[in-house]
Amino acid sequence: MSEVLVVIDHADGAVKKPTLELLTIARRLGEPSAVFFGSPDKADAVAEKVKAYGAEKVYVVDDAEIKGYLVAPKAEALQQLAEQAQPAAILLPSSFENKEVAARLAIKIGSGLITDAVDVQEGPVTTQSVFAGNYTVQAKVTQGTPIITVKPNAAAPEEAAGAGAVEAFSATVSDAAKTAQVVATQPRESTGRPELTEAAIVVSGGRGTGGDFAPVEGFADSLGAAVGASRAAVDSGWMPHAFQVGQTGKTVSPQLYVANGISGAIQHRAGMQTSKVIVAVNKDEEAPIFELVDFGVVGDLHSVLPAATEQIAARKG
Amino acid sequence: MKYVPDATADRKFEDDNTVDRVGVDGLLSELDEYAVEQALQFREKREGEEIEVTALCVGPEKAVDAVRKALQMGADKGVHVVDDAIAGSDSIATSLVLAKAIEKVGPADLVVCGMASTDGGMSVVPAMLAERLGLPQVTLASVVESQGDQVRVKRDNEGSTEVIGATLPLVLSVTDQSGEARYPSFKGIMAAKKKPLETYSLSDLGVDAGEVGLSVAWSQVEDTTARPPRTAGEIVTDEDGSGATALVEFLASKKFI
Repeated sequence: MSEVLVVIDHADGAVKKPTLELLTIARRLGEPSAVFFGSPDKADAVAEKVKAYGAEKVYVVDDAEIKGYLVAPKAEALQQLAEQAQPAAILLPSSFENKEVAARLAIKIGSGLITDAVDVQEGPVTTQSVFAGNYTVQAKVTQGTPIITVKPNAAAPEEAAGAGAVEAFSATVSDAAKTAQVVATQPRESTGRPELTEAAIVVSGGRGTGGDFAPVEGFADSLGAAVGASRAAVDSGWMPHAFQVGQTGKTVSPQLYVANGISGAIQHRAGMQTSKVIVAVNKDEEAPIFELVDFGVVGDLHSVLPAATEQIAARKG
Repeated sequence: MKYVPDATADRKFEDDNTVDRVGVDGLLSELDEYAVEQALQFREKREGEEIEVTALCVGPEKAVDAVRKALQMGADKGVHVVDDAIAGSDSIATSLVLAKAIEKVGPADLVVCGMASTDGGMSVVPAMLAERLGLPQVTLASVVESQGDQVRVKRDNEGSTEVIGATLPLVLSVTDQSGEARYPSFKGIMAAKKKPLETYSLSDLGVDAGEVGLSVAWSQVEDTTARPPRTAGEIVTDEDGSGATALVEFLASKKFI
């Protein structure tokens, strides 16, 4: 069976859930090989994690040299790895960074590219959601090695024993690939909440919060959810841009999305419409968001959310 | 820049699974307006230097409207690449045509793109362009500063804010946080009519028609399904706290609690 390369998304060696989803998907297409860009001293821990989800091999690309140089070096390394491994497909979690890596890689190896798949089946045949969720399309790569970026929550991670054999891969990175450099990084203060794009539940607030996100945050915490915001809330300076859900912010596709005080402009819908279950709380019964919901409350979020938060706490004892 | 179907209209696919670009009104992709704005600001901040802003768009006849809009905003020159063979091109072929057009018009010191189109929304063309032109890419910029041949941008990454440094020439993409795009003034609209607007075909760019278009796309859409209208969900009106109780019961019934 051919190898399927899966690029690991991790935070300093801690493998993130979308990677496990990708390994699960990769098993439908061939034999999963995970690709780890990171410090070799984390390789064993990473291998331990991914082999439980079926990774037969773990290619370790030491990133000491290329860290801080954006995406071009990773694309070069993957090109070289693809030439060696001749994979049946290359899968990456859909982040902006990975989409750019995939874009450069596609040109380098002469392969078609599909981004933001919400499902991948044998073929590989991908499913994407387009036009703000109004259409579902099925697509296929017709030339070269299919390169596919997959959105979080595209599959439920399934455990399966793999060999997890660690193999160092030394890539040659050109100087030309190192011409754009990260000169400073300022980590955002951790909120202790799940990462927006990966969270199973997202609770967002919009103009209707009036700038007071406390009810939204309290409700989010009662559900163990990530917090998001509409563009109106971000443009008003109430939340940083990193929390923006929508076309020009992050797209999310959680199990549950709760929109509070958000009217539901097309740009916002583009970012959340593939959520499995959608709930809205809004004072305005005419708000377009109510056209999308599985459940809606016409009411003031400032009273509905704190009361609901209290009841959830009581249920949890 | 890309000419896209209006996102507020009823966007559809054709029988061959390409985007319906005729039946729906088109316009300059909103996210590319920010790119035009940044290019204009780049020129304005460097008064005294000879900087020319060229607006470039690949698309059908009507896409010339996107070029005109950029000229009205203040671009010096417009280039429209139009050729029947381009219809149905994927991002790979589009980036090829754009790269060839930039080489013909350029060389460019700075190629500014929007962060994504508002139709396909893949956000891969800037990276593909950088790859094809052999240039560094600095993408998703929210703040752009430049001095001499040095460019610094600030951007939001997953979990952090980064400052990226690079040297011209380069490919830059900007987000909607980079600065509100200006509206064309009456003066700008009048001036635009006198600005040069060139039209190129594939052969003008030295691109073989066999390298672009739907039939050779490296990825192809096989099927499109309009989502069935969502069956109306249950909507309750909050009275004396009943909304919270109903909400919690709904969430519990779906096992979210």
